[in-house]
Amino acid sequence: MKILVCISKAPDTTTKIAFTDNNTKFAADAVQWIINPYDEWYALVRAIELKEKDASAVIHLVTVGEADAEPVIRKALALGGDEAIRINASSQDSYYIASQIAEVAKQGAYDLILTGKETIDYNGSCIGGMVAELLNLPYVSLATKLLLNGSNAVITREIEGGEEVCDVALPVLVSCQKGMAEARIPNMRGIMAARTRPLKVVEPVAADNLTSIVSFELPPAKAGVKLVPADNPAELVRLLHEEAKVF
Amino acid sequence: MSVLIFIDQSEGHIKKASLEALSYGVKVAENLGVGAEGVALGSASEDLAALGQYGVKKIYHVNKATFNHLDAQAFTSVIAEVAQSSGAKVIIFSNNVDGKAIAPGLSVKLKAALVSGAVALPDTANGFVVKKTVFSGKAFANISLNTDVKIIALNPNSYPVSATGSGTAEVVSFDVKTDATKVKVTAVNKVEGEVPLSEADIVVSGGRGLKGPENWGMIEELAKLLGAATACSRPVADAHWRPHHEHVGQTGLAIAPNLYIAIGISGAIQHLAGVNRSKTIVVINKDPEAPFFKAADYGIVGDAFGVVPKLIEEIKKVKGVA
Repeated sequence: MKILVCISKAPDTTTKIAFTDNNTKFAADAVQWIINPYDEWYALVRAIELKEKDASAVIHLVTVGEADAEPVIRKALALGGDEAIRINASSQDSYYIASQIAEVAKQGAYDLILTGKETIDYNGSCIGGMVAELLNLPYVSLATKLLLNGSNAVITREIEGGEEVCDVALPVLVSCQKGMAEARIPNMRGIMAARTRPLKVVEPVAADNLTSIVSFELPPAKAGVKLVPADNPAELVRLLHEEAKVF
Repeated sequence: MSVLIFIDQSEGHIKKASLEALSYGVKVAENLGVGAEGVALGSASEDLAALGQYGVKKIYHVNKATFNHLDAQAFTSVIAEVAQSSGAKVIIFSNNVDGKAIAPGLSVKLKAALVSGAVALPDTANGFVVKKTVFSGKAFANISLNTDVKIIALNPNSYPVSATGSGTAEVVSFDVKTDATKVKVTAVNKVEGEVPLSEADIVVSGGRGLKGPENWGMIEELAKLLGAATACSRPVADAHWRPHHEHVGQTGLAIAPNLYIAIGISGAIQHLAGVNRSKTIVVINKDPEAPFFKAADYGIVGDAFGVVPKLIEEIKKVKGVA
């Protein structure tokens, strides 16, 4: 069993979002980078859980990023994973990123490729589906459970207003969300071991960027909360009915 | 040349998010001066021709029961075939469960630029630029789509459904070369009789301030009165007071209803990331320092157990319910 987990760095959730260069660049200078939570808590941890049940399983991690992505991929290795690959490139275009990951995936012949359901910065939810199509693999998105049954995966995924269970032969690409695994934190042994685990750096292959970011903008500031006294909910109902017109 | 809109009807009815995408796609077509067409896969559960009332002229129907369940790879392949044979230049999805599964693969298959999470019509004054949410609703990015064929996945609740009330679409049966699917659905578990969270116009949500699962009666009563879905914060789901599918926030479901009523939720930044696109936010919390008040439109500083029952009585008066 060979598992590839796609890891992206993302700004810490509490980051103040600001832009520079005439609103064309994210102000990344003072940002604390973390492993994208969906990649970490669900994709990576589920891979680790699978390896705990099957010691012969091998987990590789892949990230697309420049040298500043190394602390994040090292942290992922500290949680678990036998080897990490950093593709030395930077792009904000999903197709370009997916093309890079697909190239690494092709060479590794993985049985299972896991991604988080989206990154918390660009919220594209695109990489998994794109990599699957580039590799001509089935794609199961928004998965909440993943079990292996011989050469098949039994996956529970979200549908509107519920969930469904599906069965698919390996290899498959799965995007992961809440429910997949219990969050865990790296321990000292893992952190020490991660130092000796290989982190390979490969150069990108030629690929197109299909999109570009023209500019960013912040949402207009809220007008401020209108407080209604606790003993007068009738006033709140009036405001919602007559001013906000929501019911 | 046309705009092709994916009609998401694989689960028994045409979802509201899909009607929004349809209305949006018709407007995109109108702005580009081309026709709007739809594509539907699987057995039709509703009268597809009646979708003409939203302005779509023609619907390609791939009527095979194998497509009654989603297989992203197979759907991608079929929609690519329809797009190519109909000469579609812009393809529209809702950025919902099916859209997120299919649009990225289609982008690869057609080598067409994709913007997912769109919240506005394309700006074609200078290229083809679409605004989308980024940083979990804390900002927007304007994305330029730099290929001949373009794909847009529209965020639910960001474009109104617009119907003329009349008009019939021509339904054309579209035969595909293969209907092989690799993903076999073996069980479907739907929460019966409730409004799905992702489709709800109004959401009533409870947090730790409610002290325990036994106190959710008033939340459910308020939700029922408003035709709303119920939701909860992460600690509530983690403590198993409420099912996990009700968890909204950064790591749960991100929603954008017209009205979000947060009761006994302090409003941690992770929670706000899942609800900050709601049009109107009401916060009821006994702590005047709760950060949620900064993100709210209306608020009551008070104890939920005192405020909510009174609120229910007042809404009953307005709604004329005894």
